[in-house]
Amino acid sequence: MSVHDLSHGLATVSLATAEHAGGTSAVHATQAGGVASAGWLLVALPLLGAAVLLLGGRTTDRWGPALATGLSWASFGVGVAIIAQLTGLAPEERSLTVPLWDWVSVGDLSLSAGLLLDPLSLAFVMLITFVGSLIHVYSLGYMADDPDKRRFFAYLNLFVAAMLILVLADSYLLLFVGWEGVGLASYLLIGFWNYNPDYAAAANKAFVVNRVGDVGLITAMAIMLATFGALDFATVHGNAGGAGDLTLTLIGLALLLGACGKSAQFPLQSWLGDAMAGPTPVSALIHAATMVTAGVYLIARSQAIYDLTPDARLVVAVVGAITLLYGAFVGCAKDDIKKALAASTMSQIGYMMLAVGLGPVGYLYAIFHLVTHGFFKANMFLGAGSVMHAMGNRVDMRRFGALRADIKITWLTFMAGWLAIIGVPFTAGWYSKDFIIETAFAEPGWRGWVFGGVALLGAGITAFYMSRLFFMTFFGKARWHEDAHPHESPLLMTVPMMVLALGSLVLGAVLYPTGIITGWLEPVFGHAEHGEPLIPVLAIQILAFVLLLAGAGLAWVMYVRSDVPRTAPHGSALTRAARRDFYQDDVNEALFTSPTMTLARTSVEADSVLVEGTVTGGTTGGLNGLSRVLRRTQNGFVRSYALTMLLGVVAILGAVWVMQ
Amino acid sequence: MSFPWLTTLLVLPLVGALVVSLLPKGSALVRPVALGTALLTLAVGIGTATQFRVGGGAGGERFQLTEVYSWIPQFGVSYALGVDGISLSMILLGLVLVPICIVAAWDDVPAVGRRQHAYFALMLALTSMMVGVFAAIDVFLFYVFFEAMLIPVYFLIGVFGGSRRARAATSFLLYSLAGGLVMLVAVIGVYLAGPRGTDGFLLSNLTGLDLSVEAGRWLFVGFFIAFAIKAPMWPVHTWLPLAAEQARPATSVLLVGVLDKVGTYGMIRFCLTLFPEASQWATPVILALALVSLFVGAFLAIGQTDMLRLISYTSISHFGFIVLGIFAFTTVSQTGATLYMVNHGFTTAGLFLVAGMLIVRRGSRDLRDFGGWQRVTPLVAGALFVSGMSGLALPGLNSFVSEFLVIVGTFGRHPWLGVISAIGVILAAVYILVMYQKVATGPRPTGPDVEDVRDMSGREKWVVAPIIAAFLVLGFYPKPVLDLLEPAVQQTLQTVGISDPAPAVDTAANHSTEGSDH
Repeated sequence: MSVHDLSHGLATVSLATAEHAGGTSAVHATQAGGVASAGWLLVALPLLGAAVLLLGGRTTDRWGPALATGLSWASFGVGVAIIAQLTGLAPEERSLTVPLWDWVSVGDLSLSAGLLLDPLSLAFVMLITFVGSLIHVYSLGYMADDPDKRRFFAYLNLFVAAMLILVLADSYLLLFVGWEGVGLASYLLIGFWNYNPDYAAAANKAFVVNRVGDVGLITAMAIMLATFGALDFATVHGNAGGAGDLTLTLIGLALLLGACGKSAQFPLQSWLGDAMAGPTPVSALIHAATMVTAGVYLIARSQAIYDLTPDARLVVAVVGAITLLYGAFVGCAKDDIKKALAASTMSQIGYMMLAVGLGPVGYLYAIFHLVTHGFFKANMFLGAGSVMHAMGNRVDMRRFGALRADIKITWLTFMAGWLAIIGVPFTAGWYSKDFIIETAFAEPGWRGWVFGGVALLGAGITAFYMSRLFFMTFFGKARWHEDAHPHESPLLMTVPMMVLALGSLVLGAVLYPTGIITGWLEPVFGHAEHGEPLIPVLAIQILAFVLLLAGAGLAWVMYVRSDVPRTAPHGSALTRAARRDFYQDDVNEALFTSPTMTLARTSVEADSVLVEGTVTGGTTGGLNGLSRVLRRTQNGFVRSYALTMLLGVVAILGAVWVMQ
Repeated sequence: MSFPWLTTLLVLPLVGALVVSLLPKGSALVRPVALGTALLTLAVGIGTATQFRVGGGAGGERFQLTEVYSWIPQFGVSYALGVDGISLSMILLGLVLVPICIVAAWDDVPAVGRRQHAYFALMLALTSMMVGVFAAIDVFLFYVFFEAMLIPVYFLIGVFGGSRRARAATSFLLYSLAGGLVMLVAVIGVYLAGPRGTDGFLLSNLTGLDLSVEAGRWLFVGFFIAFAIKAPMWPVHTWLPLAAEQARPATSVLLVGVLDKVGTYGMIRFCLTLFPEASQWATPVILALALVSLFVGAFLAIGQTDMLRLISYTSISHFGFIVLGIFAFTTVSQTGATLYMVNHGFTTAGLFLVAGMLIVRRGSRDLRDFGGWQRVTPLVAGALFVSGMSGLALPGLNSFVSEFLVIVGTFGRHPWLGVISAIGVILAAVYILVMYQKVATGPRPTGPDVEDVRDMSGREKWVVAPIIAAFLVLGFYPKPVLDLLEPAVQQTLQTVGISDPAPAVDTAANHSTEGSDH
């Protein structure tokens, strides 16, 4: 296979069509042997950790966190061994199945549980276990003084296990176990400090909004079962061509609803900002690097369906484009460092969604960006955690400033993430994001201009808001609270940050020009190249760079050259709207929460009338009469009951006798 | 003659009840004897299950382990017991839950006078009725058990319940009696329409009758009303919240978790089997009522402040799912519904019994009196959470498999109903999480109320552990139960005369064309 380096303008016209849907079905999965046959260990190791820590009680307090960290690394080790085994196979044979057990078999339905080890799932395994293990290490430092540290690590391990089930499942049904499993872990970790009522509410919100998305996934599975009689990827994807257009479009849209919930995409994005209530390592792992990208995974995995339904795919791209801008605007207005990063995550996942919505050419770049984003965003979240550590757990960037002198390592590692996300040439983010912009411009007609334009504009805004965040925190004048004594974090925390910082800088250069990422993922997605962009690739790159300079420059003028007010100024209408997430909560409140509560209240009132009414025998005629009769016997209901029974039996016997 | 397994299951707990009530005043043996009897019955129940041939008896007969004796030949009544996969699984569910409930109810009643004797003797008597009602294959015998089981429940609520116990017990009794009397008319009616004779009430003699359309429909309605009250479905559910609120949690578990299943079980066993035409005729209305139950139950649960009431409303919502699955008439939906009947028993047991542990500690059922209990009793709160996850059908736990099968099975026949019912999973998340939020989250409470509160005791761990184990086993390996249920469901659907919708795409054919392309 060839390395197609788009940045050198080698793009050839090859309109992606349904042929590429063969990408998944052309590779025939075979049953795994060797290390891969023990692929279930990937999940079992962290799951064991969670079980030991949760059931072991206080006896595991001392060594539990270390065990959890070790098991997470062990899972990474198994993943590496399986990848080594896979690279020994011909590219088209790199798809192994690990059958597990016969799970649900009813009638013609046979839903068994099994794992699929292919380049796509293993790319995720690497991201999840490597970044996940680093974050375990970081948490050893970050959570050192928390009395519930053991429970925290148990949940982290639970999350890793669930996330691995999600990406390794060989069917939509088992994927759904992981899907809700990560939702559960996310809920538990957002609400980890749920003695704060707001945090408990944030956890509930995340779970419930995700459940809205899950209805989409359940519906998609119901349609698949009615159409194909199966839920395993092989059967569904292999037979997708036989289904009607409408069916495929509905499946595509229902899956997208699920993806929107998990990946905080418009219109189900409202929970992610609140999810920052969780401890910062959680934000880094779950709400930036891994779980929230599961929606992108779902759509990439369902490539065979989306390739056949351009309508649903267009909706995917539109959702991605909207969220991309939405997150970027919100990111410009937030003063809470974690919420600004959360908005940025939304926006970056918007890029990935846009990319998967562009079809076969986009899948690869979406996954590439997902991986690089996993590194640089996790890096910045851990950096933010280190900043909070230094500043007494404060998050208001208006009370930061000039921190680069006191927490040098945090500053430098954060800078690596910042350079990557704004897309400075040759950093990881530059490689992955620029490809998405170019691919968007290669769409025919208005779509090219709209999607390309949005992606480009988004890059400029990203440069602004991320620079704003970076400058407000590390540059300018110190605007600290009087009791702030910034100090660098311990090595347990800074070493993972350094590793991720290195990844933020070089991962793109390591994976792309060498052909590693394309060669690895091509057996899954098939080989596809985008058409000639509407404007030359070089022009796009230059434009992107100019916008980067403009965005970062504007931030420099506003937040370094000028003083940053310690309290947020009133701001324009747009700023105020963005600060309130464009009134997403108010809209949800008006459309969903409030009607639900009204309905609940009304039903309770109506029902208590019904309950109390019938109990006192005041309403329905028959019961009323009966109860009066019973009351008249007054010498206890026991006797009334016996009497009634007796009368009943006599009546029957009499009736039967008469009939005979 | 083979060993009378089912009669043994019926008699053992009655003997135990007798022994318990004959023990001298103040005897320390009351509870051990009760628990011993329950465990022994469970052991015999497992023995019974091993005698059951999955997938049908040797001669392909519907019921196995049958025992048929003439009882009142003049009136066509037989003492006839027998089980298929559905009734056997319900009996086993009951037999597993009884010992758990006895352990949970260990300290419910102080050993003063004979109250404790009565409490546990009634529970054992109830066990016996439970076996009888699910094992009866004579319609009149079923009716007798159906009414007789009201008696122990009436006393369990009316004597051992909360402050409004009299009212709750009366309401329960009136409702059940009303339903029972309507059913009695239908029972006689169907007998008269049958071959009559000395064994005229045998289910096998009443199946496949050539009823007039009108008669079939009237009789169907007669049975259905009784079962809808029992299940309970909206709008005849109003006895349940008060009963569940006033009863001891262990009583509620047996009442809601097992005995209410007589409602949905009766729909399958009698309504569908005896009146196939009328069942299809009534389906649109019943599906509508099922959806209303599902949603109204959920909204009512969301709005509750009483923990026990809340749990009883979640049951009404879950019964909506079960009835939906039964009347969607697909193998998948109905197997899902019958599996749901098993799963719901465990879920309810978890919720009621753990709620009971909290109520005993706090001295209140009101959610507003709680808050922060995750930090007062972490284990009890954790058990509440896990039971709640089962209640909202988290994948990996028991309810998920059944709820999923009901939704997708219903979708196969009525796509819109399937999608609408799926929305119920959002509401389930709301009522469970809001309950947990109110009980367990927030700052740790202070003051005399919580100072001496202890976390889960050893006895309570024995209550919770088997329930959570059941959640996990049924969640990840429901196969044995599904294998038990499916043949019975298929027989029922055959009787009704409805076949499953086939997948739109013939995947097998597609594979072969794909092969020829290459």
